[in-house]
Amino acid sequence: MEAVLPFVIGVLYAAGTFLMLRRALARILIGLALLTTGTNLLVFTAGGVIRGRPPLIEGDSERLTGPYADPLPQAFILTAIVIGFGVLAFAIALAYRTLRDAGTEDTDELTNSEALPEERA
Amino acid sequence: MTAWLMAVPLAVPAAAAAACLLVGRSMRMQAAITFAAAVCQLAAGVALTAEARAFGPAALAVGGWPEGAAIALVADMASAVMVVLVGTVAVLAVPFAASTIDRRREAFGFYPLVNVLLLGVAGMVLTGDLFNLYVWVEVTLIASFVLMALGGGRLQMEGATKYVALNVVASALFLTGVGVVYATMGTVSLGDLARAAHESGLAWPTESGTMLVLAALLVKAAAFPFFAWLPASYHTPPIGVTALFAGLLTKAGVFALLRVSGLLLSGGESRDTAQAVLLTLGGVTMVAGVLGAAAHTDMRRILSFHIVSQCGYMVMGAGFFSSAGYAATLFFLGHNMAAKTGLFTAAGIAYRLAGAYDVRALGGLMRRHPALAASFAVCAASLAGFPPLAGFFGKLALVQAGFTGGHFAVAGVALFTSILTLYSMTKIWHEAFWKPPPSVSTAQGRAPWPAWTALFGFAALSVTAGLAAGALFEFATLAGEALADPAAFIQLTGSAEP
Repeated sequence: MEAVLPFVIGVLYAAGTFLMLRRALARILIGLALLTTGTNLLVFTAGGVIRGRPPLIEGDSERLTGPYADPLPQAFILTAIVIGFGVLAFAIALAYRTLRDAGTEDTDELTNSEALPEERA
Repeated sequence: MTAWLMAVPLAVPAAAAAACLLVGRSMRMQAAITFAAAVCQLAAGVALTAEARAFGPAALAVGGWPEGAAIALVADMASAVMVVLVGTVAVLAVPFAASTIDRRREAFGFYPLVNVLLLGVAGMVLTGDLFNLYVWVEVTLIASFVLMALGGGRLQMEGATKYVALNVVASALFLTGVGVVYATMGTVSLGDLARAAHESGLAWPTESGTMLVLAALLVKAAAFPFFAWLPASYHTPPIGVTALFAGLLTKAGVFALLRVSGLLLSGGESRDTAQAVLLTLGGVTMVAGVLGAAAHTDMRRILSFHIVSQCGYMVMGAGFFSSAGYAATLFFLGHNMAAKTGLFTAAGIAYRLAGAYDVRALGGLMRRHPALAASFAVCAASLAGFPPLAGFFGKLALVQAGFTGGHFAVAGVALFTSILTLYSMTKIWHEAFWKPPPSVSTAQGRAPWPAWTALFGFAALSVTAGLAAGALFEFATLAGEALADPAAFIQLTGSAEP
């Protein structure tokens, strides 16, 4: 599992970056989703991937012994997933409004706000 | 020391945001709550500064967890002073924004969002934990996303799209950096990380993670080559929102940059790399921003490019890696928050009075509105760096710190940029204030009194901070020492056994 995940993360980052460099807003959104997922997976693997060993102190022992699943990265991604989800939802709504208000989703044509007033479409 | 005090700048805006949602349709009530929250934040900042001066830095283990396991808030001189600055901007700019925003936007959750923005900025300043810094950055960002897009319309949507896209990429970089740092160090407590950095230096994987965080913070601080989001978007929302952003967002980013680079990159070899990066980018940012401004005639766009340019000074100051450099940067940061927000307020009032942001369509404002002209002149002169205004002392200290550290080239660039800044300010002055009014006379409106109060407040701050520069530098120096020497921070937030 630990040997496979880095490649999955790499592919997600690459695909996400590629899509975010495209001109269509819809692709940028998918790129954003992939990039966020890649980042979340990276944080998830940061603590090492250990199966079936919850971080619980057993029986009469005083401390955690042996390898255990690190709970901290899991807390991190839980936060990051929520944030990523919120941002993505907002970005989708924003892209929809942009398409409706500007009449285009080609980022090369979203230049009205930076044009001089007399050159605006 | 009363540690709970440092929870106030966070708890009050959070409660105020909820209260604004609860009181519903009464906009007056919401505005009053938001203003009260800003005042509380300022008061808490002043109290924190007084305590930090009297008793030294302190930490608050949130949730009562034992030291090392708890997420810490840290109020040392630097973060306390920063809370004061944030509170000051909020107290003056919130009424300005509230009085100039239209009813529709106001009713769509303007006040709760402003409170969340203040919450996020205070969190970025006070946190002692790298992952928490990420979360606070996100809180600030999401509030600013919505404020940026609030109201709709093609121009605002375009601006918001660019703003969101670039900042989201920065957040991904930030989180990647945090992940790499945790994977290699097993902690994200800034104190523990700083201890490791200073005792044995960071191993290269950790260092690269830290550099990713640094890159993300450079995006937030609008440094070259990442600044494109700022001038593409800041002129699109209503002027009150722009003024708040100008005073708070990039500045909080710069402070986080100072904090992270001071704690994690100031030891060993990483320091040389980070120094080269920060000084180069700082120098280029200054020039790029000011040259961008030269090409524009819309006041908001000129001023937006100047935010970029001024952030270059602060990035340069971070790159000095000396306590004098940090002190100068903090003083400059404070001056800039006042002068820049003041200039945006002046632009907003000019728009109310004469109906345009484009300087070519304005004119004769000096004769018609001498108070506006005088206040604008004070803020603009402070930005360009005329004595005895605050901007002069900020730049003087920065350049001095640069020369003392032997960074002559970048300090020279800073001086050169001042002249170009003066050019931009003269352009606005000449076109909008000095030249005869345009023959086709534009609208003659009135500006609400909170707008005037904000403008006079920021102008007065620029003057008094210049006149009292000696006394203020005492605080800045203490804050600079707190940023440059991580020992106290390590002791406060590091776990007992490394």
